[in-house]
Amino acid sequence: MKQKKKMTNKKKSKKPALSAWEIVSISRHPKRPILQNYLSLIVKNFVEFHGDRYYSDDKAMIGGFAEIGGQKVMLIGHNKGKKTNENIERNFGMAKPDGYRKALRLMKLAERFNIPIVTIIDTPGAFPGLEAEERGQAEAIAKNLTEMASIEVPIISVVIGEGGSGGALGIGVGDKILMLSNAIYSVISPEGCASILWRDAKYAPDAANALNLTASDLLRHGVIDEIIKEPGEGAHTDYEAIAESVKKSVLKNLEILKKLSVEELIQSRFEKYSGMGKFSVNQSADRQVNK
Amino acid sequence: MAWYSETTTTKKKSKKDLWIKCKKCHSHIYKSEWEENLNVCPNCNYHGSITSYERINLLFDKNTFKELFNNISPKDSLKFNDLKGSYKDKYEATIKKTGLSEAVVTGHGKINGIPAIVAVMDFRFLGGSLGSGTGEKILQAANYAYDNNLPYIIFSASGGARMQEGILSLMQMAKTCAGIARLNKKNIPYISVLINPTTGGVSASYAMVGDLNISEPGALIAFAGRRVIEQTIGEKLPDDFQTSEYLLEHGFIDSIVNRKDMKDYLSNVLSFYNR
Ligand SMILES: [Zn+2]
Repeated sequence: MKQKKKMTNKKKSKKPALSAWEIVSISRHPKRPILQNYLSLIVKNFVEFHGDRYYSDDKAMIGGFAEIGGQKVMLIGHNKGKKTNENIERNFGMAKPDGYRKALRLMKLAERFNIPIVTIIDTPGAFPGLEAEERGQAEAIAKNLTEMASIEVPIISVVIGEGGSGGALGIGVGDKILMLSNAIYSVISPEGCASILWRDAKYAPDAANALNLTASDLLRHGVIDEIIKEPGEGAHTDYEAIAESVKKSVLKNLEILKKLSVEELIQSRFEKYSGMGKFSVNQSADRQVNK
Repeated sequence: MAWYSETTTTKKKSKKDLWIKCKKCHSHIYKSEWEENLNVCPNCNYHGSITSYERINLLFDKNTFKELFNNISPKDSLKFNDLKGSYKDKYEATIKKTGLSEAVVTGHGKINGIPAIVAVMDFRFLGGSLGSGTGEKILQAANYAYDNNLPYIIFSASGGARMQEGILSLMQMAKTCAGIARLNKKNIPYISVLINPTTGGVSASYAMVGDLNISEPGALIAFAGRRVIEQTIGEKLPDDFQTSEYLLEHGFIDSIVNRKDMKDYLSNVLSFYNR
């Protein structure tokens, strides 16, 4: 009792804020809950569907019908592993074009039957390999970004671990973007950024800080809608607690979106993404150039 | 994502700037001859880089191009600093040096009499990287095409997303594609022309979703960088990997068009839309 009083007196100063680099480490913690954990903790009746109908079934990206707290959804997400053999089979959650095309096929299916879509983001990035390039990694992601802009059912995206660049965004064009408090979401990995702009990957902690990749950064820049607070030292310390929080937040936001008409939904999604980014606007000076 | 940073022509500065050394066949070409040939090697057809305004002059009928949205320029909203200094200093120096306000020039004009909206990226501006201002201009031009029922053509030349704007640059991919999606819904033609180089976040957004994807000979078009892939797979890649010819063969672009023919090619295609 006495101790508790002391804590409240100290207000919020009990823990120093984590650095961006510390958060990167937590987001990549080997015990961090992955999609498969959420599937067993908060998803009932998962009916997985396979294949993109063009080339293969990408195990780095999975999807299917699912029930979350009685709500029927189309669940799609990056499928990382924990054990080495799982990660080899699932390519460390790095999807190929086939994965993005499967995701789009399932989203289009959900749209036809008015089933809301929940996407779970957790990937170091889209797979950078020869066959991925050959089969059109760029086209597959680009197509998803374009199609997701006009899918006529609510889309909720949850960043549960690593939001790795275009590979994350490829299933991330949601009406609501939710993010775990120790998840990251970035245009490039801190290591990649450091090796380009600092000429050495060892400056990754500096790059992590500069890139503004934490949940609170993203909320401040108007990119995400809500932070889902992780228990204790991070999501890996209490699977049940974080899964329950994710479930609650998804259901709450779905209720909000379900109230919108299709026109309102598409218009507000367009306005949401139209408003992303910050730039300078000078005095208007349209001018004639070619003679 | 912006991993590409190589100039496309090597100028032989020491010899009074009279000669251009072709990067592909290494022959020395008179600078005047090189420029008369639209920065294309007369010997091997290597397509060197040209500026956005040079391209606009090649494309539009005389006195028809009107620039739009050039009041938009970058902002250092992350206060991004790397070893070389601040992003703000970097883009201010670039604006001063190039006279451009962003990595893309947008406007409307007539191509052999056919009205169209264009966005022409300029690699000189921070490697043509996609920042918030770039994305905004590309979206506003798309909205202009949408409101006025005019075909939209984007010439991409970019190393990818602009790292110094962090997550905001990534979001420009979704933002620009949202603009393209509206054009698709309204059946407004959108043609993407992928110029050397079109890589990373730009190839993975608006550049790859044209109703038609067109390119110039020998252009580098890629999602991931060659070095990254070689590290991933542990072997050397074929020479023509990620060139426009490679993408044509694999079904991702519709045609490779020589620079001198681009204007007539585009106006011919647009004439079929019967607008
Ligand atoms: Zn040559």
